[in-house]
Amino acid sequence: MNFVPHTENDRAEMLKVIGVKSVDELFRDIRPELRARSFNLPEGKSEFEVIQHLKKLSQKNATGLVNFVGAGFYDHYIPAAVDALSGRSEFYTAYTPYQPECSQGWLQSIYEYQSAICALTGMDVANASLYDGGTALYEAAMMAVRLTGKKKIIVDSGVNLIYRTMLYSYTFNLAVEFVETPVVHGQSARDDIFKQLDDTTAAVVLQNPNFFGAIDDHSDIAAKAHGCKALVIEAVYPVSLGMLKSPREMDVDIAVGEGQSLGIPLSFGGPYLGFMAVKKELVRQMPGRVVGATVDKDGKRGFVLTLQTREQHIRRHKATSNICSNEALCALRAVIYLSLLGKQGLAELARVIYDKTEFAKSVFAKIPGAQVKRSSPTFNEFTVQLPKNADEVVCSMIEKGFACGFPLGRFYKGMDNFLLVAVTEKRTKEEIVKLADSLEAMLCA
Amino acid sequence: MRLIFENSVAGRCGFKVAPAGVAPAHLPEKKYVRARPPELPEVSEVDVVRHFTNLSRLNFSVDTNFYPLGSCTMKYNPKFAEKIAAMEGFTDAHPLLPQLSGGGILAQGSLEVLYQMDKLLSEITGMAAFTMQPLAGAHGELTGVMLIAAYHKHNGARRKYVIVPDSSHGTNPASAAIAGYEVIVIPTDKNGYMDMQEYKSKLTEEVAAVMLTCPDTLGIFNPKIKEIADLAHGVGALMYYDGANLNAIMGKCRPGDLGFDVVHVNLHKTFGTPHGGGGPGAGPVGVCEKLLDFLPISRVVRRQDGTYMLDYTKRKTIGYIAPFYGNFGVILKAYAYILFLGKSGLIEASETAVLNANYCRASLKDRYESAYDKPCMHECVFSASRQTEHGVHALDIAKFLIDRGIHPPTIYFPLIVKEALMIEPTETESRETLDAFIRIMIEIARLAQTDPERIKEAPLTTPVKRLDETKAARELDLCWKSKS
Repeated sequence: MNFVPHTENDRAEMLKVIGVKSVDELFRDIRPELRARSFNLPEGKSEFEVIQHLKKLSQKNATGLVNFVGAGFYDHYIPAAVDALSGRSEFYTAYTPYQPECSQGWLQSIYEYQSAICALTGMDVANASLYDGGTALYEAAMMAVRLTGKKKIIVDSGVNLIYRTMLYSYTFNLAVEFVETPVVHGQSARDDIFKQLDDTTAAVVLQNPNFFGAIDDHSDIAAKAHGCKALVIEAVYPVSLGMLKSPREMDVDIAVGEGQSLGIPLSFGGPYLGFMAVKKELVRQMPGRVVGATVDKDGKRGFVLTLQTREQHIRRHKATSNICSNEALCALRAVIYLSLLGKQGLAELARVIYDKTEFAKSVFAKIPGAQVKRSSPTFNEFTVQLPKNADEVVCSMIEKGFACGFPLGRFYKGMDNFLLVAVTEKRTKEEIVKLADSLEAMLCA
Repeated sequence: MRLIFENSVAGRCGFKVAPAGVAPAHLPEKKYVRARPPELPEVSEVDVVRHFTNLSRLNFSVDTNFYPLGSCTMKYNPKFAEKIAAMEGFTDAHPLLPQLSGGGILAQGSLEVLYQMDKLLSEITGMAAFTMQPLAGAHGELTGVMLIAAYHKHNGARRKYVIVPDSSHGTNPASAAIAGYEVIVIPTDKNGYMDMQEYKSKLTEEVAAVMLTCPDTLGIFNPKIKEIADLAHGVGALMYYDGANLNAIMGKCRPGDLGFDVVHVNLHKTFGTPHGGGGPGAGPVGVCEKLLDFLPISRVVRRQDGTYMLDYTKRKTIGYIAPFYGNFGVILKAYAYILFLGKSGLIEASETAVLNANYCRASLKDRYESAYDKPCMHECVFSASRQTEHGVHALDIAKFLIDRGIHPPTIYFPLIVKEALMIEPTETESRETLDAFIRIMIEIARLAQTDPERIKEAPLTTPVKRLDETKAARELDLCWKSKS
């Protein structure tokens, strides 16, 4: 079967129309010396066998671990309606809406997604999505280089190390200079940033909350950066924007982030969702697809892909980015999620997460030998200094059914005893208390 | 349809947030808190469900319509793959787990999928190894060109140029430019092949790579492909294979055997994963032996005891291309697809894709101008030049097809064919579906001569008629704004 519907008769009739005797004749340009030297693959299986095999593999992954690992990727609850709606195959088996008249469902959904991202970030325009938070940050940095014509980029080391690594990987063959500034008392180091800021600076890259969970108000940095005609790029955690100061309120120029927390499962690292929103004067250098509203010839509202002259299929090597497809289905999940929660729901969710995190901090602070870092306020994630190597602690807690946090020593030198703990709305008071008790028992043993 | 924002009623909510169950904490200082909550829609769950269900019905999709969109391989997307990707053991897996001490054992299932996919794709394409990290085809191209740049840099070679033919996908020159190269474009000769004279004259020791799609975007397999590769290798350049058209050749030939050094494959084209309305896709990249050390980290390796682990030890690695291991959910679906089809199924897929394209080509070549009159591979390219004489353009043909319930072919691409119509039926379409399409195309060719206005007024059956794209670009409206 193999999803090929032809009968032997179909094939014979079709070959007759084409005027060849066999399918092989159609491949005659692939001459013998060009033929595959090997094609050593297993033979096909039935649907049942494939499902059984994959089910077995899925069961080799841990399930039921109580998860306090975040580090930019969070275990949120996903309302059933998100799966049901994004699972409609009229959405997921379509392609990029090049033909607007038969793609209004997609185009309007993406317009609504762009509008929701603008509402969250406070920015003027958003694109139709990028691959993930890291590629969004890289695209933002390149956009700043194009817009300013300058090459120096200041990167706060509170930006997720994964994203910083991606940024440096992508640019190794380009003339872009990066300067990293430290984190002091949990927050962006003003002195160091201001010392580095000068007329050659293209952008300052920040994150809020930063990798350590600390929240900040970057307004002062934005003001100084604008004085040097540099742009400010901020990576944000979208759920936190139900409560925290928006990038626009800090006068950020390009807001980006990982949209996974907006109704997208963790799925071992992807597919995720990169979002990008900018001030309107920057829109023509913004990469990626964009949907705009317009009217049809009867004056009825409709939606189209617009500003396509920036894109690779028209501009080729002069395009603002090489991006072709984006993460439309993940963007759809995000706009469905944000519509379900709405103005009130997102604010409530942010508050619940904040309250639970503060509770967790107070409980962890009571563990003998553990020290919760309190030099700056946090939102959903915080650091604890342990009397032992955090990596070893995490390893022993896994046996007790907890993924208790992310050991910071993996990413930061000299932080071997530090643990980064994330709390979502899924974690209960009881789980938090039980984790603290188990940690205490283990540390005291 | 109204926007979800326009259905908003203050105070309405479509989701119940469970109470925190702990004492309310003091809020952070005011300077950290936003002045007003974000202006998201305030709607009920029913509102949301009805809204997006109704929106879905305004789309053409593979599950509802024949979708011969050239170069995009819009084949049927099997449902069992969706079921697998939704298994909790996969969806709930935190990507950082295997990076924790003692955590690798918690992700053995996912790691095995990645490892096995690396092996399967390597065998299908004839490459030494694959990275699963690239998140889309164009992302794979960028990764591939970065690998090439790292290789040359390591060998102390200063190379400035990447060669692409003028028939290439726009992503090829864009990816090369973004990775830091200047692009040299080679014209296509009268037979539809890259012009060899031009190619030879531009091929110098300053060329880093030659990027090709084979079969190319005209649907033609270049029998001189080996010679092209040998010439490139002769000056120390590497060969890049854009795998967008891999669906034509599975089991017939392999890029690795043809002399390609770097290959990307589009899992969402060849391996049946859904296109998702424009992503998520996945664009794994395969390399030959000499590029192995430059692959992104981490790599999944198999220990002696049969367990899997992440390896970060590659010294010359280009680093991280994705935050983790690629679009795992997409890779998983493609893995299931390959297991289901197996060796003979993949060969059958390619053979039938080529059969179907040639059937369309043979049935339409008397009515439409062939871009190049010869058998094609998985797609055929026509020009609407004959119809244009009557004022009917490729765009008009596309819109008329919509009225007949068929998603149009790719139009105006490749750029080198005037009024191009690029038809890729794929192997999952029956003869009856193709015949219905052919009949409508023949009707269009006839109408173009007798009643061109009927074609030019299409579409009439869609939720909106032709849209004013100039207005959209001039008077930008990219975001809903509250009237209050």
